[in-house]
Amino acid sequence: MKKVIIIDDEPLARSIVVEYLQTHPELQLMQECSDGFEGIKAIMQHQPDLIFLDIQMPKINGFEMLELVEQPPAVIFTTAFDEYAIKAFETHAVDYLLKPFSKERFDKAVQKWLDQKPTTAPAAATETLLESASLSPSQNQRIVVKNGAKIKIIPVQEVLFLEAADDYVKIHTTDSYYLKNKTMAHFEKALDVHQFARCHRSFMVNVQHIARIDPYEKDGHLAILKSGAKVPVSKTGYVKLRQVLGL
Amino acid sequence: MQTWILYGLGFTILTDITDSVVSNLLLTAACILISNNLKYYLPQQRRYTYLLIMCLLTSGAWLLAIKYALPLVIVNESGYDAFLVKSLSVRFGVAFLVIDCMTMISVIWYGFDDQKTSAQRKTEAEKLTKDAELYKLRQQLQPHFLFNSLNSINALIGTRPQEARTMVHQLSDFLRGTLKREEQQWVTVEEELQYLQLYLDIEKVRFGNRLSTVFETDKSSLQIKMPAMILQPLVENSIKFGLYDTIGETIIRIATTISNNMLVITVQNPFDEETAQPRKGTGFGLHSISRRLYLLFARNDLLATDAQNNIFTTTVKIPQSYTEIAKISAVADKKDNFIL
Repeated sequence: MKKVIIIDDEPLARSIVVEYLQTHPELQLMQECSDGFEGIKAIMQHQPDLIFLDIQMPKINGFEMLELVEQPPAVIFTTAFDEYAIKAFETHAVDYLLKPFSKERFDKAVQKWLDQKPTTAPAAATETLLESASLSPSQNQRIVVKNGAKIKIIPVQEVLFLEAADDYVKIHTTDSYYLKNKTMAHFEKALDVHQFARCHRSFMVNVQHIARIDPYEKDGHLAILKSGAKVPVSKTGYVKLRQVLGL
Repeated sequence: MQTWILYGLGFTILTDITDSVVSNLLLTAACILISNNLKYYLPQQRRYTYLLIMCLLTSGAWLLAIKYALPLVIVNESGYDAFLVKSLSVRFGVAFLVIDCMTMISVIWYGFDDQKTSAQRKTEAEKLTKDAELYKLRQQLQPHFLFNSLNSINALIGTRPQEARTMVHQLSDFLRGTLKREEQQWVTVEEELQYLQLYLDIEKVRFGNRLSTVFETDKSSLQIKMPAMILQPLVENSIKFGLYDTIGETIIRIATTISNNMLVITVQNPFDEETAQPRKGTGFGLHSISRRLYLLFARNDLLATDAQNNIFTTTVKIPQSYTEIAKISAVADKKDNFIL
């Protein structure tokens, strides 16, 4: 028996999946969720094997929800129309169902999952999927982080700078900082290159918050932010920073 | 004139005429040459030195031509050769002036011509872009809504076929309205509200209890005309913003009124100040509306947004001519009196 969860904000969109699931007695529906927060809770509670996930949902979208789940289950996306995302996850998700989808199409997606399950670790597949999905333009407007049990959505313009810290990246905002289990390279790809510059091996700075850049020690520089925070700039980082600033 | 001057200098009439005809023909040829040249190559502004050099060269060439051509045709006149050499500088001066004049006229003429065609091309291009843009803006409003509605219908067919049927009708009416509106650009507020209602009925099926709407429409504003496809996208944007930024029930308020000869439409939706990105979150919807308003009225100040106390307000103003308003409010007043 496999455990399944449906996450979609439209009741009728959930009900069609429920209906289609009736002919799959090997899949047991654990819960229906109407937004990402409920989804995260349900995933932690039930540890499902498979989730049907909508992308456009209240507060946090499907991708952002997945980012916050520590060991994401296998995912079949159900979405109406997403010009950016479809291309990105075509190769990585178990499947994606374009609404409205037929029973046959649905069965095929489930079968695909059942067939591939023993060979691929779902978590790894979902991980790669997220990497590529986060490259879509709609994804780099904000960063979603888990702060204890709370979920925090940080608009990128509020991010002052990013700092590498072991396996995490420290996201500094005006009043606090948040940790996210990602690499600097990930953010370098995901964030807007016209707004964020990798000014140092361990730092990325939001150029909109820079007040001035001072020379510092030999070859180095120091970016002074409007908030007063200081961000080190390496020799190669200085070249990149100048490029972003258009100097 | 040249003949007369030469005659006065004591040459025979035949010599005078030959001299004049030959030199003037050559001068005409030079002028035609220069004018033709300018027809195909018009120098950029401020490149007058080029023109000057061209005129000098042409005049020089003409001078050389007559210097060698005239003695060949006029052979029997004594003292003519000496006179020719003496008069060269005067001839050059006159020719240079004539060619200069010709050049100037050509430059102005072709320049004007050029400007006319480019202006024509520009207006045509602008019209094309405008049409294309308006078309595109309308197109982009549909697909997401359409596919999600079809998905809802698909779900209803299995469980509640009667409701599915109703929704198919609503969706058809809505889409028909969209197509019809492409032809007639201005419609009354009342028509727009009816059309909006179709859209809202469909959205309410999709989102169930989460979505509710409140209307506050001034009676006098109902007969006012406004561009089609402004109100519905405005509300669509508000619904998306409201529904995707809050959890639980979303109330959308829609108000229309007249103020300062403008139709004023306000749409309000709840949002969460903590998580929303007021500027970015409004997304495509508002941008396209403000662009359309700009294309229609050439004004950038007709759409305004305001975010306060977790309520996001979008205000759109549609300029009206004074007489239109007066006429309509007069009619509305009469109606009211009647009822009283």
